[in-house]
Amino acid sequence: MSPITDTKTNHAAIHAEKPLHPYWAEIVRITPEAEGIATYWLRFADPGLQARYHFQPGQFNMVYLPGYGEAAISMSSDPEAEDRLVGHTIRFVGNVTQNIRRLKVGDQIGLRGPFGSAWPMQELEGQDIIIACGGIGLPPLRPALYHIIRNREKYGKVILLYGARSPKDLMYPSEYEAWQKADIDVQVTVDRGDETWQGQVGVVPMLFYRFRLDPRQSSVLTCGPEIMIRFVIFEALARRIPSERIYVSLERNMKCGQGSCGHCQIGPYFVCKDGPVFRFDALEKYFNVEEF
Amino acid sequence: MFDSPLTIGSCVSLPKPELDRLMAALREQGYQTVGPRLKDDAIVYETVETLADLPQGYASQQDKASFRLMQTGRRNYFDAIPGAQSWKQFIFPPRITLFSANKDEQWHIREADEPAPRYALIGVRACELAAIEIQDRVFLRSDYRDPIYRQRREGLFILAVNCLYPTGTCFCASMGTGPQVQKGFDLCLTELDDVFLVEIGSDLGRIALSQCSFQPASAFVQQAANDGLARAAQRMGRQLDTSDLPDLLIDNLEARHWDAVGKRCLSCANCTQVCPTCFCWDAVDHINLTGTETSRERVWDSCYNPYYSYQAGGGNTRPSIKSRYRQWLTHKLGSWKEQFGTFGCVGCGRCITWCPVGIDLTEEIPALRKEAQS
Repeated sequence: MSPITDTKTNHAAIHAEKPLHPYWAEIVRITPEAEGIATYWLRFADPGLQARYHFQPGQFNMVYLPGYGEAAISMSSDPEAEDRLVGHTIRFVGNVTQNIRRLKVGDQIGLRGPFGSAWPMQELEGQDIIIACGGIGLPPLRPALYHIIRNREKYGKVILLYGARSPKDLMYPSEYEAWQKADIDVQVTVDRGDETWQGQVGVVPMLFYRFRLDPRQSSVLTCGPEIMIRFVIFEALARRIPSERIYVSLERNMKCGQGSCGHCQIGPYFVCKDGPVFRFDALEKYFNVEEF
Repeated sequence: MFDSPLTIGSCVSLPKPELDRLMAALREQGYQTVGPRLKDDAIVYETVETLADLPQGYASQQDKASFRLMQTGRRNYFDAIPGAQSWKQFIFPPRITLFSANKDEQWHIREADEPAPRYALIGVRACELAAIEIQDRVFLRSDYRDPIYRQRREGLFILAVNCLYPTGTCFCASMGTGPQVQKGFDLCLTELDDVFLVEIGSDLGRIALSQCSFQPASAFVQQAANDGLARAAQRMGRQLDTSDLPDLLIDNLEARHWDAVGKRCLSCANCTQVCPTCFCWDAVDHINLTGTETSRERVWDSCYNPYYSYQAGGGNTRPSIKSRYRQWLTHKLGSWKEQFGTFGCVGCGRCITWCPVGIDLTEEIPALRKEAQS
């Protein structure tokens, strides 16, 4: 089998014996982020498990709510944070997540993970990085931003292109200043402004026209609505960034997280284990086939 | 009895009534013996205890969207090519509880702790055995070992049977899986007029067989079995040229023929439910009214189900029937190979027989090929 990405699949050793059983975690804190979106900060009930649990930027957990089911949700927290809490930024859209909304601090939630491939932070060293994301596509990239900030000298120019529907849908606005201070060029746009908005209006791919990049040493990381991803890739390829240096995080229906239940397949790949982060050259053959 | 020791790979001649004793011996060892049985004018896999439970004197006549039993005038037990069910249901159960949980102050998970049943499968065809080996590759990977599958699979006794009378939808010879059983069995029968020629495939088979009385296999019996198998290979109802697969599918994802099949397909999921290799599953949660007792079940799913590709907040990846059929066929005969090193099809023909509108992959592949070449 050919290598799918040069990012690694990292299956959780904690699940080898019981790959389909969730482990309980306690909600330590809930941070509202935007309308219908909040971040849940979790700590495993088992201290041993809490100490062993490590994830890499871009990976996800299966988040379990008893009686309702599981949802695949990326970690949005700093993997190296001192408190080592696991952060999930959750949009309340499905059966599971709408009921997660009713939970309070101190309530329990089940977790399985971490699953899937990660953003290729080592391979990106020495590169300029363009992070292009929209809406709920920013949370899976926030751990990568934290990693870059911790290791800022290892990376070249870093540009964050981020878009949301409206100013009040922008996530993590209080952090933009810190990111700017860490020499990350934060470019924000909204589909529709309001009476106080003085920033950009338009879609994320259009932000590519606002800066120069060097295609010989730039990489693109992108996550968000599939339509946005398509046009981000279009703009990146148009600027001669090769598909081997474009990384995409895909979303699909997932039930197992381990390439067993079949739902998340795209061509030969199981998005849950071979992805969610793919190098675009691996996807190229399938990505533009309608309804594939 | 004769005093030659039974060895793996050797063959003996077993009088047919002795199969009763073999099944009894297996049950004494704790196995539940399951095999083909007549039910509602079809053949199902259920508990069988004696020869009298088997469909003696029947064969099945199968074609597109058609399954008929007919009496052969022979007195054989294993002539009938089976119906919709496959052995998959015993190893990868269609519905099983993963765990349950109850809540007092905290949630507690309860494992399903009853031991997995041990099945002796009576009458596994070469294509069906190949299907089990394909599912082994899916569920027993180095990076994912499915505990439910593993327990059941490890506990199996496999009594295989060579196919002498393939039916109209059979194409195992094209897929290289049959009609002769090659490996992976404990015992393998070839049914002749009065005796079974039995090949010993494992120690487990050797020990079970030692409970029966048998004779050395004569040259005549061996020759009759070989002739029967050679005839069977010539009697396949269908053929499939796999020489340009999987590329033909992967390179023609936007062929017009997908639209044509999409118009005929009902998206009923029959083909995936009867397929002995299809492995997709869904998880379903149950909760009591007070919200204190829950259970999570695993059930078979299908890429034809409307919600299969549905993402909360992200829409449906495959809303059209055409896209679902394309997913199924390009997986079976295409991407499966890259995933698991083998096709996901064994040529058993079930998807052809049980498709209510008569879609036949041995016709769809040539149609795609024709379009690709035009």
